Amino acid sequence: MVGIVIVSHSENLAKSVVELTTMMADGIPIAAAGGLEDGSFGTSYDRIRDAIDEVYSDDGVIILMDMGSAVMTTQSVIEMEEEGRKVQMVDCPLVEGAVTASVDSHLGDSMEEIIEDLKTVATTPKM
Amino acid sequence: MTDQKKVLEIIEKIIRKIEEEKEYLTELDQPIGDSDHGINMARGFQEVEKKMPSLEGKDIGSVLKTVGMTLMSKVGGASGPLYGSAFMKAGMAMAGKTEMDIHDFLTCLDTAIAAVQKLGKAEVGEATMIDAMVPADEAMKKALESGADAKAVLEAGTKASWAGAEHTKELVATKGRASYVGERGIGHQDPGATSFSFILEVISEAV
Repeated sequence: MVGIVIVSHSENLAKSVVELTTMMADGIPIAAAGGLEDGSFGTSYDRIRDAIDEVYSDDGVIILMDMGSAVMTTQSVIEMEEEGRKVQMVDCPLVEGAVTASVDSHLGDSMEEIIEDLKTVATTPKM
Repeated sequence: MTDQKKVLEIIEKIIRKIEEEKEYLTELDQPIGDSDHGINMARGFQEVEKKMPSLEGKDIGSVLKTVGMTLMSKVGGASGPLYGSAFMKAGMAMAGKTEMDIHDFLTCLDTAIAAVQKLGKAEVGEATMIDAMVPADEAMKKALESGADAKAVLEAGTKASWAGAEHTKELVATKGRASYVGERGIGHQDPGATSFSFILEVISEAV
């Protein structure tokens, strides 16, 4: 199964997004990388790197982020990744994207299929 | 112009300056950002301070790379990856060097600007640190061409950097947290452009 990492400035928000995904896709490799080491707001390079390692398999890892430094810090972590590892960040709404990706992963979709699916998340109306 | 030992001295001075200006930088970030620029920068540079003993005798490239890696992993805000990659890439450009002159410094700055732009996707005029870095770079190159010495070149750069930071008050941010504030950010000076100006000022005074 494809692994998923949720990056947020808030430790609680990242954990809660992960928690929410278990409603429809319990048991997939998903990890939260929210806040700084002391629990305050921010994005931690080390937490993101550790979360990727935690859920990594040959199926790959998809990372979803909230905004700003979450995006840039994730990008920096990916740049420092060893070559050949399948790790990709995707630009989409965080909560809806997390639910979509986790359901897809649970159903056994490939990393490429999930990324394709995530592209429609931002433009799918809720009402 | 500067040997390895001098580079470490300058980094010490930057650490102290960022600590001194921590509250001011955070204050600047309050109306347009998430009020953490000074706190984040100070946190990152405090971690650099801890690494200083291990940098004794290392070449300038390794020193800058360590500073970059530390900032990248410890700052906790956008300035972490931005300053982190700036120092890291500058370090790669200075690999193995135990002395650097003003030409090397400009190479570092060019590399740093490219790294910041690659990561932040910012252009001149979007109220970011780029609005201090690019004018500083241009002013220094111009001063160098006109035959100024290293000190005068750095002074010209610092002056242009502060003017660039001041000019961000008139700009509407389209990148980073300040883009959420939009036009309401006019009148506020960009914290990143300000912290860069402090760093360049410290270098200029120390050389």
